[in-house]
Amino acid sequence: MLHEITLTVNGEQRTVAVKSHHTLLKVLREQLGITSPKIGCENGECGACTVLMNGKAVNSCLVLAVEADGAVIETVENLSKEGELHPLQQAFVEHNAIQCGFCTPGMIMSAKGLLDRNPHPTVDEVKEALAGNLCRCTGYIRIVDAVMDVAKKGDA
Amino acid sequence: MAGRVETTEPVGKSVPRIDAYEKVTGAVQYVDDIPFGPNLLYGKFVRSPYAHALIKSINTSKALALPGVKAVVTGKEVPNRIGLYLKDRFVFPLDRVRWIGEPVAGVIAINEEIAEEAAKLVEVEYEELPAVFDPREAIKPDAPLIHPDLGKYEVVPFIFPEPGTNISEHFKLRKGDVDSAWSQCAAIVEDDFFVPQIQHVPIEPHCAVARWDKDGTVTLWAASQSPFAQRDLIAQSLDIPHGNLRVIAPYVGGGFGGKAGVSIEANVVAMSRAVPGYPVKVRMTREEEFLGTNVRQSCAAHYKIGCDKDGNLLAYECQYYFGGGAYNEYGVNITRAAGYSCTGPYDVPNVKGDSYCVYTNTQVGSAMRGFGMPEIHWGLEQMMDRLAEKIGMDKAEFRRRNCVRPGDKILTGMTMPQVDLVKCIDLVTKAINWDKKDKPSAPHKKRGKGIAIMWKAPAMPPNPGSQAIVRFNEDASVNVFVGGQEIGQGTFTVMAQMAAETLGVPYEWVRITANPVDTKYSPYEWQTVASRLTWSMGNAVKAAAEDARQKILQVVAEYWKEDPKDLDIKNGVVVSYKSEREQSLKKMVVYGLPNENYEGWQGGPIVGSGKFMPTYVTGLDPETGQGTRAVVHYTVGAQAVDIEVDTETGQIEVLKIASAYDVGKAINPDLVMTQIEGGAVHGLSAAYEGFYFDERGKLINNSLVDYKIATVMDIPKEIHGDIVETPLEDGPWGARGVGEHVMVQTAPAIANAISDAVGVRINTLPLSAEKVYLAMMKK
Ligand code: FES
Ligand code: FES
Repeated sequence: MLHEITLTVNGEQRTVAVKSHHTLLKVLREQLGITSPKIGCENGECGACTVLMNGKAVNSCLVLAVEADGAVIETVENLSKEGELHPLQQAFVEHNAIQCGFCTPGMIMSAKGLLDRNPHPTVDEVKEALAGNLCRCTGYIRIVDAVMDVAKKGDA
Repeated sequence: MAGRVETTEPVGKSVPRIDAYEKVTGAVQYVDDIPFGPNLLYGKFVRSPYAHALIKSINTSKALALPGVKAVVTGKEVPNRIGLYLKDRFVFPLDRVRWIGEPVAGVIAINEEIAEEAAKLVEVEYEELPAVFDPREAIKPDAPLIHPDLGKYEVVPFIFPEPGTNISEHFKLRKGDVDSAWSQCAAIVEDDFFVPQIQHVPIEPHCAVARWDKDGTVTLWAASQSPFAQRDLIAQSLDIPHGNLRVIAPYVGGGFGGKAGVSIEANVVAMSRAVPGYPVKVRMTREEEFLGTNVRQSCAAHYKIGCDKDGNLLAYECQYYFGGGAYNEYGVNITRAAGYSCTGPYDVPNVKGDSYCVYTNTQVGSAMRGFGMPEIHWGLEQMMDRLAEKIGMDKAEFRRRNCVRPGDKILTGMTMPQVDLVKCIDLVTKAINWDKKDKPSAPHKKRGKGIAIMWKAPAMPPNPGSQAIVRFNEDASVNVFVGGQEIGQGTFTVMAQMAAETLGVPYEWVRITANPVDTKYSPYEWQTVASRLTWSMGNAVKAAAEDARQKILQVVAEYWKEDPKDLDIKNGVVVSYKSEREQSLKKMVVYGLPNENYEGWQGGPIVGSGKFMPTYVTGLDPETGQGTRAVVHYTVGAQAVDIEVDTETGQIEVLKIASAYDVGKAINPDLVMTQIEGGAVHGLSAAYEGFYFDERGKLINNSLVDYKIATVMDIPKEIHGDIVETPLEDGPWGARGVGEHVMVQTAPAIANAISDAVGVRINTLPLSAEKVYLAMMKK
């Protein structure tokens, strides 16, 4: 059964017909062509699919597309404007907080979700916000450093 | 390029990653992100519910009757065997399944849901056979035989299977006379250790798409560390001319060896043959990733090691039994590597080593970061500690005294190339305040420090090759074509640095044209494994850049009527040391230069090519493992850890990991540091990882909830890294690889620290608070 939903994705209003059991992740990737949220487990265990939904970081694999009707969704594609990287992206580059890059979009969106509501978090708060995002490559240190760097500058 | 930062002579500088921008912006396409349009079909595997069984019949009619199902492919469609070192498997099994989760058939449908539904409708009739899961059981004479046809399999000349048994490889190392050395030993230690199967757990699951076109050309898109090896193996197995099989491999979302060789890719190609013209996608769910893709082998090890009263190692005897899983086509070479490196980084006069690869009814054991070394260092680095204890010597000092040094005739008879392991030991002991015992944070906690050292050689055939092409554009920017894969390690950045340095152009002028690696257009690269790219592909890139440079100098020298030897390229400009003339590279690298009064032209589009292949590795005697040159080189390193153990719970907190590795030359020091840091956490995580099976051999912990990998909450407070640079004789700028080494000895370093803290020894991985607690209770 198809449901028509309308959602704002990266600033653009989109209307799509979705199956009731399809997730937001699947609809973003397969129907809207937004592929930065990754499929790592489809079970809420890895964070690779993290997007902001109404400003809050969520695992898009756990959200049914129909539940996202009317929601505002933001993914990492929306962060850099006119060739300028968002401070978080810039910090990830500067700190070499990226290796294979597969966790990166989810990591950045989780970090943005945190900084948007708490611009000056402690290290522990940063770790807590990223605890659901798995990274097998970096050992996380650079990622935490990058987020803290932005938090200290307070320009997110 | 104007207005941007320009980095000249970038080798040795921590320039930013070349792939960073596309990765932070979400622009990168991994295999699963490539759009294939509405024609895309989806595949699902039917998996074996038995660990060991004969396939009596497969009935696909119900599955085929389901609307939306396009085809079902089984073993009889692909009757040739496949394998890297030992051709011991079929793409889909013909008559027998060998682990719970083995793909028995592939279903193709118009969407994932229907494919999944149809997979359940494929009826397979099995006759269950007795199964064996532990390599120590599988070597017994009465163990069920997993590969009765072992003697018929095609095998490379340096692997020695024992038909009629479950042993797919037996590597023997004999040096000196162990038996008579024991009597001269002042101290001897002897014990058993076990390492379970673990998995790579890349965040990107395996994904492959294949399309078999009606004209017989075949395209495979794969998350792959090995596009060329996959082309070779799949072409052979499916009788496709190599030139007709095109493998396209974009950035890999984490490899660690799990995407080396072939895992699901041959199956997907075989499936696509049933639906000509349609792309077929198969993506592993996380559960399938655990159940059905390659894993690290288990290893049961026995050691007996002795030294004299001054702590000089005299004798070393070991048996390694690797649980290779259902197919050992790749794993046999892990066992071989463990055999020719069986002593770890120690100089021992008398050695008797036996390393066995053993078939078991479990997931396929294959390449994983460290390739046999974490498995053997787990035990041997604890045994060295115990020997030092027994003789009353400081554990770091014991290692300094006995570790390999350049010029040593090592266990295989090969002369040890340049490395400085003593310096690595010195650096980590300094970083961790080795001699000082710090106070615990609470009365019921105990602090401890541990050290472990390691070595690892690139384990591969004697002659894996690399090829590179360097091509200039009109604005003197450069495209470097390579066939090695960016799996996160930073190889594209390092290759760009090497090309820029050689050419005399800024780093920022270089692009790496290898995303995707495409066997139709990319230069050859054996595989992205063995920490070999910086060294091997680096040498090829350097040669290609040097070729291009010489061609440029030739043209300009003729133009100026000078000797090319007097010319150089600096910052993108050809300069003459003799006449002090200058010529920008711009335009001339494509259009050439005019003769005087435009009386004709010379030069033309500049392209350089280069290759590298080691030519000096020799065979080893099958009875003794002795030979002139067993391997190309070794990378060595040391790690020391500072931990705190909670005596009430057994909980271990790793406070600090200090690492030092001899990388020869850090082409990009910060990228080396990111390997050291990521590796330390990977090593720490792996110490707590392990597969659990039920009595039928079914994997129990097949999700990220039950199979935990380190999260940001688990990392040590501090990770310290030191880089040692003792140049490698044939490395570019002296560089050797370090990608795998960084996690090899983390687990034994922690175990040694546990012993230091609370006086208990853990011989069986994974570590757990419970295990430590129970061991303390027993004491
Ligand atoms: S894919 Fe959503 S949490 Fe893993
Ligand atoms: S960078 Fe590879 S998973 Fe995080």
